[in-house]
Amino acid sequence: MCVNLAMNHFLPFSIFINNEWQNSVSGKVFPVYNPSNGEKICEVQEADKADVDKAVQAARLAFSLGSVWRTMDASERGRLLSRLADLVERDRTYLATLESLDSGKPFLSAFYVDLLGTIKTLRYFAGWADKIHGITIPMDGDYFSFTRNEPIGVCGQIIPWNFPLLMTAWKLAPALCCGNTVVLKPAEQTPLSCLYMGSLIKEAGFPPGVVNILPGFGPTAGAAIASHMGIDKVAFTGSTEVGKLIQEAAGRSNLKRVTLELGGKNPNIIFADADLDIAVEQAHQGVFFNNGQCCTSGSRVYVEEPIYEEFVRRSVERTKRRVVGSPFDPTTEQGPQVMTGQQNRVLEFIQSGINEGARLECGGKALGLKGFFIEPTIFSNVSDDMRIAKEEIFGPVQQIMKFKTIEEVIERANNSDYGLTAGVFTKDINKAMTVSTAMQAGTVWINCYNALSSQCPFGGFKMSGNGREMGEYGLREYSETKTITVKLLEKNS
Amino acid sequence: MHVSENRQRTMSNESRDGQQRENKLSTRPLDTEMPMPVSDLKIEYTKIFMNNEWHDSCCGRRIPVYNPATGELLCEVEEGDKEDIDKAVKCARQAFQLGSPWRRMDASERGRLLCKLADLVERDRQILATLEAIDSGKLFLVAYFVDLVGTIKTLRYYGGWADKIQGKTIPVDGEYFTFTRHEPIGVCGQIIPWNFPLLMFAWKIAPALCCGNTVIIKPAEQTPLTALHMASLIKEAGFPPGVVNIVPGYGPTAGHAIAQHMDIDKVAFTGSTDVGKIIKKAAGNSNLKRVTLELGGKNPNIVFADSDLEHAVEQAHHGLFFNQGQCCLAGSRVFVEEPIYDDFVLKSVERAKKRVLGNPLVPGVDQGPQIDKKHFDKILELIESGRREGAKLECGGGAWGQKGFFIQPTVFSDVTDDMRIAKEEIFGPVQQIMKFSSIEEVIRRANNTHYGLAAGVFTNDINKALTISAALQAGTVWVNCYNAMSSQCPFGGFKMSGNGREMGEYGLQEYTEIKTVTIKIPQKNS
Repeated sequence: MCVNLAMNHFLPFSIFINNEWQNSVSGKVFPVYNPSNGEKICEVQEADKADVDKAVQAARLAFSLGSVWRTMDASERGRLLSRLADLVERDRTYLATLESLDSGKPFLSAFYVDLLGTIKTLRYFAGWADKIHGITIPMDGDYFSFTRNEPIGVCGQIIPWNFPLLMTAWKLAPALCCGNTVVLKPAEQTPLSCLYMGSLIKEAGFPPGVVNILPGFGPTAGAAIASHMGIDKVAFTGSTEVGKLIQEAAGRSNLKRVTLELGGKNPNIIFADADLDIAVEQAHQGVFFNNGQCCTSGSRVYVEEPIYEEFVRRSVERTKRRVVGSPFDPTTEQGPQVMTGQQNRVLEFIQSGINEGARLECGGKALGLKGFFIEPTIFSNVSDDMRIAKEEIFGPVQQIMKFKTIEEVIERANNSDYGLTAGVFTKDINKAMTVSTAMQAGTVWINCYNALSSQCPFGGFKMSGNGREMGEYGLREYSETKTITVKLLEKNS
Repeated sequence: MHVSENRQRTMSNESRDGQQRENKLSTRPLDTEMPMPVSDLKIEYTKIFMNNEWHDSCCGRRIPVYNPATGELLCEVEEGDKEDIDKAVKCARQAFQLGSPWRRMDASERGRLLCKLADLVERDRQILATLEAIDSGKLFLVAYFVDLVGTIKTLRYYGGWADKIQGKTIPVDGEYFTFTRHEPIGVCGQIIPWNFPLLMFAWKIAPALCCGNTVIIKPAEQTPLTALHMASLIKEAGFPPGVVNIVPGYGPTAGHAIAQHMDIDKVAFTGSTDVGKIIKKAAGNSNLKRVTLELGGKNPNIVFADSDLEHAVEQAHHGLFFNQGQCCLAGSRVFVEEPIYDDFVLKSVERAKKRVLGNPLVPGVDQGPQIDKKHFDKILELIESGRREGAKLECGGGAWGQKGFFIQPTVFSDVTDDMRIAKEEIFGPVQQIMKFSSIEEVIRRANNTHYGLAAGVFTNDINKALTISAALQAGTVWVNCYNAMSSQCPFGGFKMSGNGREMGEYGLQEYTEIKTVTIKIPQKNS
């Protein structure tokens, strides 16, 4: 497998600092597995605190006043990001293959969704680079006042395993667009596509030290980033549990700026007047997409009483048709969970659902002997106090519950510490406006689900996160505003 | 855009990291790779471009296109008149219909098309620079390193804006949900000049297309060739038919038809103030189409005694003589503070005398011909008026060479504000140098004009810099530089130098129509 991967493409299994590939200071390596058969793909150099220190030093140097990166035209930063997008497009098939192999997501999904999203994100932020404006301000007194929106500095970025490449783009693009330098840690389960990006970053012409990539584990490399005194900002996408640790570490160390994209237990509300076929299909994809491993997963489907039975029936029928198999089979809709630990966790949730009295409509078991597959599973008659209704499962398990009134469903939907996304299916304009306003969620979808695009801000209310990524809003999180006030001899408007 | 400045900057970047060079749009000649004009260039595109197809003119007439350096006829292009404009408007209107490919396209995809167009311009950079040089008389190397770079960067800049044109949601009083849509205006007529034919083409279509409009563009009759080559690239890039339509023609016929048209929603014009007034009148007379104008200038360049003299002389020199003096931005009134006046004049004359005239296609030449006989005659007439009215002719003062419309670089000193050369836009290689004593005086004199396009200030004193830049009635003020332009910065005139701004984020406003949508809701919550 290693040989095939490396053929025609330079795929490094080491640490990327200053545009060079390096071994870990400790000499340690860690294994990377293929979740569709459990076999080891390769070993990768394991970064720890000492490597983080080296990377921070490189990133800090690349950020110093007078450096190539700091003196570059903003439009030229944009050109580099565009060039990177072109290179990703050139190597699209290779990257999709790598991503599929490493994460278990279906190849066609990687090719058409993850790769497209990655390219578009890079291009979107490439366009922003020379449009980040400060303002001039009519302040009181004989002064001329203006703001500079400067880069923050060295940014630590920690990304998850569910969309390894896409999350690499979501993190790098705004950070580099705004002129920062970066120390990026991909998830230990899925470092490969991110490492390949390192070679493309070098090929595109980013100066050394601007992007540094450190494969490693959370408690070691991740923790080193979160508590580093030389890192100005940390951005993390992952579980709420770890997000809390990161924010704590930031407070304890140097008050580095923190943005978090965490978990969700997202309500998807289906009214009786909705187009039922569309709602069933959207709710199905909304929960099962990416093997259920999405922070946006619509894992609490609230269905209005009159159509409840029919909705459950159609959802079950649709789910029974869901094709589970090898990610490289073009007919596959669902691949394996990312690793054995995740698979066990999901199975445990399923058991709790059964134990707590939900009705298991279909699925419920692991699939196959090799790899970490789980049957697509539906529970109906779920009540809000069950674990499967409260906790983030992160697997192919759909919960369907019944509701009567709009006030009731709003209250139940909001009754969660999470607040990432929500869906509403209705043809009635008033219901649509009322529910979307009332949801405590960073993104609300009306008559669609998972409709994401790089132009739209994305992030969580409450414990689903802090801050927003994507869109113009995403720039704020990577800028530090400086106000400059100059004495004038005399003011004129 | 200042060639010498670009050279300095790129040199220092190169010394830091040679790797950068490969990926940057090259803005200076590398020693081993001086770009050369295409030899025996075939002029391929000479017809009217509508719906991504080439058409003959309805009236059957053709426009002769000349090389101003030699006077030779380059080719003839189809001449568009009112009927052709009517046809073009129909195509553009059709392309703008609700449900059309252009209207339904992702905004980001519009941006991709503009970026693709930039790539194609980069691919054909040598061809376009050659066409531009033989058609307009500008130096090939300047076309290659300034006009072409500006064109490519402008297309890319607006390629980036397309999916970032955002409306707002608004906390309105009452039980309503209100938001704005920033819609394209519709069919835009665009009339461009002959001094920067290709660059002006990009300045016009990029923001218009970025915002989703469809366009009918009339290049100047003297310089249609690069616009028509762009037509082929627009088709190749994949813009849907009817989105861009290019109709070469004359002002009083095709231009007028655009300004008067009842089905054109907006007109944008760059050219003389005289014609700008006609366009605005026509807009009012017809359908109140939205109007933006980029017109003339008689731009003050103010040099204080505490400035870096060598730097100021050089900047003032290029600020006037760039592009054969044919710039709306030309710094044609150089106000020099008394203590350094004589020295400044001496050095400016010395600098002007070094200026080499010749064939625009040959390296080592600094100045090409003026665009045509009409402008050539006008410049000579104004030079004559300078002599007559008592200015001191320091150097130059007449025509040069046997062929073409060349004029010697000319410097007048002891110019007073009431002279014609101090008041009227010359649009030629004629520099006026005047003396001033105090800051209040020079502000008053600099502002004493109906124009208000640009201004320059040379001083190392922070207070003078801030005071003057606030006081000057000009759309762009340069401090310790001149002609420093870039697509990110808004550009346009105060007073009779124009209406509206082009470039930067501000440029989007002129190509957008705002719609407010207000929806009744059962109950408001903040």
